[in-house]
Amino acid sequence: MATTTERGPATATSEPADQEIRRSTRTGPVLLTTLTWILAIGFFFPVLWMVLTAFKTEGDAQSSPPTFVFTPTFEQFATVFDAGIGPYLANSLGATVISTLLVLLLATPAAFALSMRPVEKTQDVLFFFISTKMLPVVAAIVPIYVVVNNVGLLDNIWTLIVLYTAMNLPIAVWMMRSFFLEVPSELLEAASMDGASLGRTLREVVLPIISPGIFATALICVIFSWNEFFFAVNLTSANAGTMPTFLVQFVTSQGLYFAQLSAAATLAALPVIIAGWVAQNKLVQGLSFGAVK
Amino acid sequence: MRRAPLLPALIFTIIVTQIPFLLTIFYSLQSWNLVRPGSQQWVWFDNYVSVFQDSQFRGVALNTVIMTLGSVLIALVLGLVLALLLNRHFIGRGVVRTLLVTPFLITPVAAALLWKTTLLDPTYGLINFVLSPFGVGEEAWISDFPLASVMVALIWQWTPFMMLLLLAGLQSMPTDQIEAARMDGAGAWAIFRELTLPHLRRFIELGTVLGAIYLVNTFDAVYMITQGGPGTASANLPFYIYQRAFLGFDIGQSAAMGVVVVVMTIIVATFALRLVFRSFGAAEGSN
Repeated sequence: MATTTERGPATATSEPADQEIRRSTRTGPVLLTTLTWILAIGFFFPVLWMVLTAFKTEGDAQSSPPTFVFTPTFEQFATVFDAGIGPYLANSLGATVISTLLVLLLATPAAFALSMRPVEKTQDVLFFFISTKMLPVVAAIVPIYVVVNNVGLLDNIWTLIVLYTAMNLPIAVWMMRSFFLEVPSELLEAASMDGASLGRTLREVVLPIISPGIFATALICVIFSWNEFFFAVNLTSANAGTMPTFLVQFVTSQGLYFAQLSAAATLAALPVIIAGWVAQNKLVQGLSFGAVK
Repeated sequence: MRRAPLLPALIFTIIVTQIPFLLTIFYSLQSWNLVRPGSQQWVWFDNYVSVFQDSQFRGVALNTVIMTLGSVLIALVLGLVLALLLNRHFIGRGVVRTLLVTPFLITPVAAALLWKTTLLDPTYGLINFVLSPFGVGEEAWISDFPLASVMVALIWQWTPFMMLLLLAGLQSMPTDQIEAARMDGAGAWAIFRELTLPHLRRFIELGTVLGAIYLVNTFDAVYMITQGGPGTASANLPFYIYQRAFLGFDIGQSAAMGVVVVVMTIIVATFALRLVFRSFGAAEGSN
């Protein structure tokens, strides 16, 4: 461990490999690269193992020592689909897409207003938004449950949509504001000099500049809504359940059969994994509240 | 007029996030069990008295602190090591980053299920197989080390996040400074301590605060891996309050616990928020 931390920055800062590298020979970088690969594979292996296990028979999945060579089977995926994954998948998709659209719809104008020349109380408003993320969800679940129950919205997808929108809105406002701040004010002035209306300026000048930011925001909202479990498990059951609750329900009814549950877990996790892979850079921007450009 | 576009988001957030908290305070002053209709009555601070007398609650609060701080710190250190390793030019760097980021993306419930079964299972788990050359037999990690087992899953999921954030920090470092320091004969360790770490400070702060915000609310991993057990050995506050509310149907008690958690969080958060604000918000706002 000690060598890693000591050596890391040394190589981190020597850009081209042919620059003078004091006292360290050619083997240094090779060793570090090997170490990096080993760690990366180590971190990734549980995910790979999940996917592999999903294609095994139960006999192969629960064997000691573990089976590494096996004939793949789709039997487990068939079981998962037979268990009625469809409605849960649809609910997850609905809750994720609609809440993300709502977040963008609410956050974009808000972030725009907050990015304009120091509006009084800008700081207070930003502070308020982010402070709502600090309040533990668990303290709100009791009244939410009671209210939702009283108005008959238990096990209703719209309940989740509203809660997911509120959950993601603060992050979205912070992120989008940082993107609006990047729009050069001269550009806006020039547009208004030319007599462009505010709507037209927004559409034709601002939107193209911030659209990567909108995309980053949307990605973060999608990840958090798709993966959300606490509200889903407490407020929904058969009608409005999402993929994480399907997983729980599947395991509860079928038992802990490794291959089956791996297939179900793979299906639940795959959409977000792929989305995140495709847009890794956006991920950083989003998670750092737009602080990392 | 300028504020008009702000209002929908603001009003929506106030309604959905603040009213429940006000109601929590209201319920916390009542004795109300859902399975006994008509049991609702004012008891004022009785619920709070019993929360503070509840030794389990104190244990669970301690678990929450250990789980949150422990996971954040370990993930931060591992993330820093990985970020430093990745901040170099080498073959397959993009692939390595993609592999490393995956644990953060996987649905937490699925991740927890994986750790509980295919990885930490005493007989069929991969971990015991990997450790078998080191003399580890059929170790039942989850029943022997419940809190640590949950934390392993959390650390596995959050290390990639810390790595991404710190890597972005490293890449935003001005290279001329480092070049100059190296010219002056500064060693690797000195450069790391005097230049890299101070530059990374605000990224480390941000990672700590964001990680803590999410990890203090951990529910999925506890629910899936240990159900808080044995006893309450691995329960944290979110899980404990969930148990009281949805298995015990004790609305008054769980609301009071919720309020206590909020107060504790506010104390920590005011400190943490100022940190984030100093690092990011204020600087931007002043332009």
